[in-house]
Amino acid sequence: MFEDGTIFNELFIERLNYIIYVILLLIGLHGMIAKNNLIKKLIGMSIFQTAIILFYVSVGVKEGATIPIYLPEHDPHGSHVTNLEENSSSEESHGPVALDADLVKGYANPLPHVLMLTAIVVGVATLGLALALCQKIYQGYGTIEEDELLTKIERQEMRSNPSVAIKSMDSSKMTTVKLEKSVSKPKVSSSPSTQRPNAKLKAEAKTDSSTTKVKTSRVKSVSSKTKPMASKSTTTGSRASKSTTTGSRKSSAKPNTAASQSRTKAKPKPKAKPKASAQKTTASKLKSRTPKK
Amino acid sequence: MKKISLIPVLVVGVLLLYAADDFPEWGNPTAPASASSLSSHFISNTGVDTEVPNMVTAVLADYRGFDTMFETVVVFIAGMAVLAILKGSSGPFSKNKKYTSSIEPDLIVTNTVRLLVPVIQIFSFYVLAHGHVSPGGGFQGGVVMGASFIMIALSWDLETALVRFPLDKCFLVAALGIILYGGIGLLSMFLGGEFLDYAELANILPVSREMARYHAMLGVEIGVGLTVTAIMFALYANLSTEGKLKGGL
Amino acid sequence: MGLELFNTMILLLLVVAAIVALRVKDLLTASVVFAVYSFLMCLLWAEMGAVDVAFTEATVGAGISTVVMVATILNLKRKSSD
Repeated sequence: MFEDGTIFNELFIERLNYIIYVILLLIGLHGMIAKNNLIKKLIGMSIFQTAIILFYVSVGVKEGATIPIYLPEHDPHGSHVTNLEENSSSEESHGPVALDADLVKGYANPLPHVLMLTAIVVGVATLGLALALCQKIYQGYGTIEEDELLTKIERQEMRSNPSVAIKSMDSSKMTTVKLEKSVSKPKVSSSPSTQRPNAKLKAEAKTDSSTTKVKTSRVKSVSSKTKPMASKSTTTGSRASKSTTTGSRKSSAKPNTAASQSRTKAKPKPKAKPKASAQKTTASKLKSRTPKK
Repeated sequence: MKKISLIPVLVVGVLLLYAADDFPEWGNPTAPASASSLSSHFISNTGVDTEVPNMVTAVLADYRGFDTMFETVVVFIAGMAVLAILKGSSGPFSKNKKYTSSIEPDLIVTNTVRLLVPVIQIFSFYVLAHGHVSPGGGFQGGVVMGASFIMIALSWDLETALVRFPLDKCFLVAALGIILYGGIGLLSMFLGGEFLDYAELANILPVSREMARYHAMLGVEIGVGLTVTAIMFALYANLSTEGKLKGGL
Repeated sequence: MGLELFNTMILLLLVVAAIVALRVKDLLTASVVFAVYSFLMCLLWAEMGAVDVAFTEATVGAGISTVVMVATILNLKRKSSD
């Protein structure tokens, strides 16, 4: 089965490294493209990276070669183990000599190793940077799922536009566009907390009106996000303690955010109500406008 | 989305598998990558030029020293960027974890770590300094050293580790590593050679030109090790606490 | 022959580990499986003669990057939708 020349040998022994590198690269690429979770995307990126490193290393392999460190007989300092007496006189005369071509074949190719060694270390630095960006995204939007993230950003843009319109109507003075923007800026920063009840309403409305457009799975994940997660995590025994702590943390965090919502809501409430009503009328118009922005 | 994404993936896969047929056989010593004049020059002349037995270290720190220097700078910049992103960051969804000091660190864990950390740190020095004759070098030694500090942070808490290695010192050490690397390069330039041409250091060191390269490589590796140590620990300290440097795992 | 079998086995395990790391829904499990993947990769490189690369991957890929990833995941949500 493993004799030279057979198809099996050709394919699975001599080229197996290349085939596996292609497969790993495809797995990583698919992970980067198709996975929703940002951490999963990063794992896909790392797999992609290691696949390319595997390719480089397997290109530089020599059959029957040793590692790229000089054997004692070629080592400039290494002959001290063997005959010291013989060498002591002659060592200063000849010193280390360059290896000839036959001996070069006995050592693995060091060049790909060097290139890939630095690539690995830079890879972990960029991975850390990407993870920091993930944490920043989570702090801003509360999710690292790509589809939820995109819908939240879309909603935020939709929300920021009518608020600008209302502001300009409310203000009795004729203000310049520049001033308007500066007024609306704190609004944007505090918007996620005020948005959420509206967002929930929106999602429910969406399920009623346009179920064909929105995938049912996504709606499920948006509307009933907390309940199934808690039940699922408590069923697994080993993580029970962790999940309960996170659950309790979550539940303790919820009232806080709710309180902050009500507190922040107290001021813009008169504004928020008409906003919601006005939004329904302007939403269809704005939908066509937002992509341009 | 998933179905659509399969199309480019499969196209790339077919192209790569088609190209894989042209690759040299696995382990063929006459393959273009192995038979090139550059790699055979490195293998045959490293011992003559630098007297370093480990060719990878010699190529990394000497022949391709410029490359390694800027790889180190990339690591440094990544650490600074993480600090810049996470320092003082907060949003509507940031977890306002209360720092609870009520949980005592486990006795068995801390005592084991107390025994292990000195051994790990000595091992990291060995890896760094012995990188000329065995696998190892600045990157590996630095990462092992950083891992020892991360181990302290994991077994006690982050504050305990930060007392031993404060974050501002961290970046000072990281910058010091790069300055050491660049300084050796500049010194060899001022002594009449080119940038990172370590052989010129023989003018001030009481060794031959080859051994000057040998010892300059050690200095360069120490610089790399300092930077990597500091940045690895800074990465962990910032990422585990969302930049607050309190509490942690 | 024995080395080839070793090589083949590790290569197949690598594919399994990569698929599992991307398919599993718990991100903590995914990062640990990714550490396993990194360590298998390290074994493979050591077998191919790239000892320095293997050493780096053992310390960086299986060590630091896993720790950093776990530290991040505990600050985020642990569950993934896919």
